[in-house]
Amino acid sequence: MNIIVLIKQVPETSDVKMDEETGTMVREGVESIINPLDLYAVETGIALKEKYGGRVTVITMGPVSAEKALREAVAMGCDNGVLISGKKFAGSDTIATAYALAQAVKEISNYDLVLAGERATDGDTGQVGPGVAAFLELPLSTYTSGINSIHSNVITVDRLTEEGYETLELPIPALLTVVKEISFPRLPTLRGKQRAGTEEIPHWTVDSMKLAKERIGLKGSPTRVVKIEHPKVLRKGEIYRVNDEESLSKALDALENFLQSKELIVEGAKL
Amino acid sequence: MNSAKVWTIAEAGGRRLKTVSYELPARGRALAEKLGTRLASVVIGDNIDHNDLKELIHRGADEVYVADHPELGDFIVENHSNVLLDLIKFYSPEIIIAGATTAGRTLMPHVAVRLQTGLTADCTELNIEEGTGNLLQTRPAIGGNILATIKTPHHRPQMATVRPKSTKPLSRDESRKGKIQKVDFKPEWIDGRVKKTGFRKIEDTGAGIQEADVVIAGGRGLKKAENFALLRELAKVFGGVIGVSRDVVDRGWVPYPHQVGLSGKTVTPKLYLAAGISGAIQHLAGMKTAEVVVAVNTDPDASIFKVADFGIVGDLFTVIPALTERFKKGGGKK
Repeated sequence: MNIIVLIKQVPETSDVKMDEETGTMVREGVESIINPLDLYAVETGIALKEKYGGRVTVITMGPVSAEKALREAVAMGCDNGVLISGKKFAGSDTIATAYALAQAVKEISNYDLVLAGERATDGDTGQVGPGVAAFLELPLSTYTSGINSIHSNVITVDRLTEEGYETLELPIPALLTVVKEISFPRLPTLRGKQRAGTEEIPHWTVDSMKLAKERIGLKGSPTRVVKIEHPKVLRKGEIYRVNDEESLSKALDALENFLQSKELIVEGAKL
Repeated sequence: MNSAKVWTIAEAGGRRLKTVSYELPARGRALAEKLGTRLASVVIGDNIDHNDLKELIHRGADEVYVADHPELGDFIVENHSNVLLDLIKFYSPEIIIAGATTAGRTLMPHVAVRLQTGLTADCTELNIEEGTGNLLQTRPAIGGNILATIKTPHHRPQMATVRPKSTKPLSRDESRKGKIQKVDFKPEWIDGRVKKTGFRKIEDTGAGIQEADVVIAGGRGLKKAENFALLRELAKVFGGVIGVSRDVVDRGWVPYPHQVGLSGKTVTPKLYLAAGISGAIQHLAGMKTAEVVVAVNTDPDASIFKVADFGIVGDLFTVIPALTERFKKGGGKK
């Protein structure tokens, strides 16, 4: 079973502080990591390889520094990585990105499954995975929460919707976008890290790939960002300290009045 | 008469339309009026209740296109994408809006790629640019830290998804007239490769967390799974649902559909009450756009207080039961 996993490098946010003045993230000096939601796809790919054999190839599009994300995936157990990179790809929106990734998947050609995360934590669109499936005309399951079985070239999966879990049967090759429930990402091993350090990561460029130049980068992107604002989100709520009966009752009175003023309760209780 | 240039996608759950179907025409109406065009809602499903189709008109649609067939009952993206693509090619709408639901966020990118047009996810604001008539789509990104306004200047249709519950439906107007138009089924719409073979309903209402008016959320401060009963009690009083921080899911106390934050769901309820949640930036990203935030935490320096409209520094094991008790007696939810 040959698997291709699509990942994105995003800014690490776990030690990011909030700027008290502007209410925005302080991103200076912030490290880049594999999109946390892509790790579930990477883990799923590796686990399937362990069960069924085959190779796991991980692909990303990004600056040269995104090579690090691919090495991390190799350290976890993926077999090789491909970086799609170059200035001509800059400014790609979700469709142009999906196109470039789809072309890379086509060039790799020998695959049974394409896996992707549900969405990236920075752009937060969730559009690239389904877009790649549409470009490649692959059967698609989004929000995949579990793989039940694979046999006779049919994969049976669970898909998490607002109401519950749907079971879908898809012929292979197929594309799955996965949610957190599907797996528990492993940590890289020391041996994996050593291998990742020496693994050669090919850089695929506009010239080395078979693609229509007018469909990538800003030129290939139907959408345009026309304005960026930084909304201020800090609120200055009143704070009540509760350490005994009296302060508790005072805080609850105030909360009741507050909720009433916001019309969140109609008529409060009298103690 | 020219065809409607602004469309909304209605979403079916069985024979009935989901509430988001009635919210979107409120967005669509405003855009259609600015453009001087009419508004259509598209329904794809099986044996959809006729009253629900009429309801779309009462809620602002001028036309309703209905592709109704037993083979369209399940949301199989390949099939629904074929239907929508066909309708778009026939009527050439300018703008299409769908709910940012699991179905909408699957169908829309699939169709956008096949049409080679622009799509913007999770818009919080839609407007028409003066002069050009382009759709201006505003959406939060990078954990809500920026608001980007995006347009699709040279491709049509312009496509956008909007979060459920972010729009109030127009008030019901039974005197509104509109046309319900059945679309003839075409066998070639059915792709046939993917099959839905089962469904397990989640009894736990957490899956509807993005539609809830009230979210009662708990974090690591709850200390163990059993203690979430305290929050459930309070949630019952407010008619709300349970939300949790990532820690809680990782410890297996509450399942993933309840997770709020960067790697979980983004919620915009009227009231978000956070108990025992310190307020890591990833969590704040998922809830800071709630209308009202109330926080209960023992640590006065917890970040959650920075986004709270009302804070209680105290032990949640004292405060929450007292709160439940207080609002249970006579304190009615609205």
